[in-house]
Amino acid sequence: MAEAAKLCRPGVVAAYPITPQTHIVEHLAEFVANGRLKAESLTVESEHSACSVVLGSQAAGVRSFTCTSSQGLLLMSEVVFCVSGMRLPVMMICANRAISAPINIWNDQQDSIALRDSGWIQLYAENNQEAVDMVIAGYKIGENPRIMLPVMVCVDGFILTHGMETVDMPSQEEVDAFLPAYNPPFKLDVDDPMSFGLLGDPSVYTETRYALHKTLEEVLPLIDSVGKEYKEKFGRDSIRKIEEYKTEDAETVLVAMGSVCGTIKDVVDAEREKGNKVGLLKIVSYRPFPEAEIVKALAKVPYVGVVDKDISLGAAGALYSEIKSVLGADKKISGFISGLGGRDIKLSTVRSMFTDTKKEVNPCKFVDLNKELLWDEFKV
Amino acid sequence: MYSVLAAKAKTSEANKTGSWRSTEKPRFKQEECINCGLCKFICPEGCIEGTEKNAYSVDLDYCKGCGLCVYICPKKDIEMVPNQDKD
Amino acid sequence: MSREHFEENFYVSGHTACAGCGQSMAVRIVMNAAGKNTMVANSTGCLEVFSTKAPETAFGLPWVHSLFENSAAVASGIEAALKFQGKLDDIRVISQAGDGGTGDIGLQAISGMLERGQDVLYVCYDNEAYMNTGIQRSGSTPFYAHTTTTPKGKYSHGNPRPKKPMVEICAAHHIPYSATASVGNPKDVERKVKKALSIRGPKYLQIHVPCPLGWKCDSSKTLEVAKLAVQTGLYPLVEYEYGKLAKVTKIPSARPVQEYLQTQGRFRHLLKDEEALKEVQAVADKNIEYYGLK
Repeated sequence: MAEAAKLCRPGVVAAYPITPQTHIVEHLAEFVANGRLKAESLTVESEHSACSVVLGSQAAGVRSFTCTSSQGLLLMSEVVFCVSGMRLPVMMICANRAISAPINIWNDQQDSIALRDSGWIQLYAENNQEAVDMVIAGYKIGENPRIMLPVMVCVDGFILTHGMETVDMPSQEEVDAFLPAYNPPFKLDVDDPMSFGLLGDPSVYTETRYALHKTLEEVLPLIDSVGKEYKEKFGRDSIRKIEEYKTEDAETVLVAMGSVCGTIKDVVDAEREKGNKVGLLKIVSYRPFPEAEIVKALAKVPYVGVVDKDISLGAAGALYSEIKSVLGADKKISGFISGLGGRDIKLSTVRSMFTDTKKEVNPCKFVDLNKELLWDEFKV
Repeated sequence: MYSVLAAKAKTSEANKTGSWRSTEKPRFKQEECINCGLCKFICPEGCIEGTEKNAYSVDLDYCKGCGLCVYICPKKDIEMVPNQDKD
Repeated sequence: MSREHFEENFYVSGHTACAGCGQSMAVRIVMNAAGKNTMVANSTGCLEVFSTKAPETAFGLPWVHSLFENSAAVASGIEAALKFQGKLDDIRVISQAGDGGTGDIGLQAISGMLERGQDVLYVCYDNEAYMNTGIQRSGSTPFYAHTTTTPKGKYSHGNPRPKKPMVEICAAHHIPYSATASVGNPKDVERKVKKALSIRGPKYLQIHVPCPLGWKCDSSKTLEVAKLAVQTGLYPLVEYEYGKLAKVTKIPSARPVQEYLQTQGRFRHLLKDEEALKEVQAVADKNIEYYGLK
């Protein structure tokens, strides 16, 4: 992933150590130290400053890059909202990790999902190849002069950040041909001095949010066109809004994001061998939310199970709530909470999700719950 | 799609803060002025102009009547007068 | 009236600062001293609120505001971008904020920027409280000042703590230049800004700026009040270079603190309290001794 970022030639890189994304930053620092990447690499004193640094450098007209996880993402959350509000196409890799408390360094998707309202484009990678492709294509999408929005490439912590996978890495020439130099329609410039980050009172604020919202909607067709170009140039389908895996005649479909999709695909293949009509709808672009594609993909599917590696506490899984809100009342939709805090989602767990989806509707079922750890009163 | 995102330099000049004055305004006597430029230097509104002795003046479209030019003038060549006084 | 003869101003009229606002005076001096080839990162506070209400701005330089505590980090990013583009020799970077945005919520970001040795001038407009939100106490509020969160009362003389020594905290990072100035000595402000910007590396300049509204003094008295703060020893003007005290503005005949305190409503409760006045005088005396201001 550091290699992918390097190929995009960012001029400023600033990030703060946090497991499990630290090594991405370390590799980038090494690239700079060895002259393989010409960039200013700042060792900042917190994630809040990391995002503030790239806000400043991007505003000054230089392509920038940062990455973080969990606590770091939440610490920089107010800056994250500023970056999109100020239309700065920063690229961030979020190594999805659970949020304290209790402190847990392992994977779930609560962190990036907690910031789904921020106005950033959010792409979820199933594997390292997709992550590489999403960084490269993400810059192109975000920097489009009609768009000018930041991009968060979400990769499951440890699973993707510390996994081993063969990846087809494009060459510098190929990336240079695909991704031109950053040329924003506005920036800090002594020859055309402007002020950014104005006070927007009630008479103007609403329109700025409407413009952001509409722009995110414009990203949906752009994902298609950039995806098409990416496939032509690099031969891969990675850049898309959804992936329909054996859903055409499926009776039961699980909807999910990220690396768990790889596991689900294995189960789908095995179940199909046994004659069970199951499928997977992988959400790739979570923001903007590809409502039309989802509705179309699930139009003929009676049983839908949504896998959430997060939970909106007091309600239900975030993805479940959003999927349910766009599907018709004729469907039986269940929501599964699994994989929180890095708990392994086993093949057997996925099989049970398929079975449960068809058996009964349950809006919020925690799978693999260990009842021995649930008590009526405080004890140590 | 975009909305308000940035402002071009110095566009605040559209806002004529001179209307804030209610009681008094500065009068540049232009008698003892030595062209030290301090009044122009410290005016928080940046609305005093002048480059020569006894030739400094204030843009009343913006002057808020704070009276700091009166304080700083080493020659006491500026005084506050009632706002309604003719220029 | 035609404004064609106006000299190049990089901070112009039409902003909505209170009449006599010390900070608006100081920012104009700073921006003009910096000149055209400067980029500015600004923190949240009175300054950005009264200068950049959409869709207008009073700034004539490239300027960016995002949040309250991060102008030093944003400035770090701008500096890195300019360095990457090879433009850092030609373009200066200024980070500016109020005292709250500097020494309280902004302390982490400024320390990081100074420690990384980046080529940024940090300007703190010290009006000694959170003025934009209605006069609350900050780490820079002086001893016994009345604010809404350290109000005078039956059991209180106001703020019970001394000012946070930001100029020393910055100097402790061994940066090339860390200094205080006062808008009561406006030409000295200009001199210090120009001096700072001629040095490459991190610099800190803290400018004392009276707030007529928050300090409860007349808007025509801003310069006089600021001068008195310096002349009593309550606001020492000092310059540190690489962590060592290099220069001070001497006050050979220091004025008694009453002369300063009586100009402002925020200290009025002290004027009839002999004990309290002695304590404030002790603060001034300690400054005079410590910095060698006699």
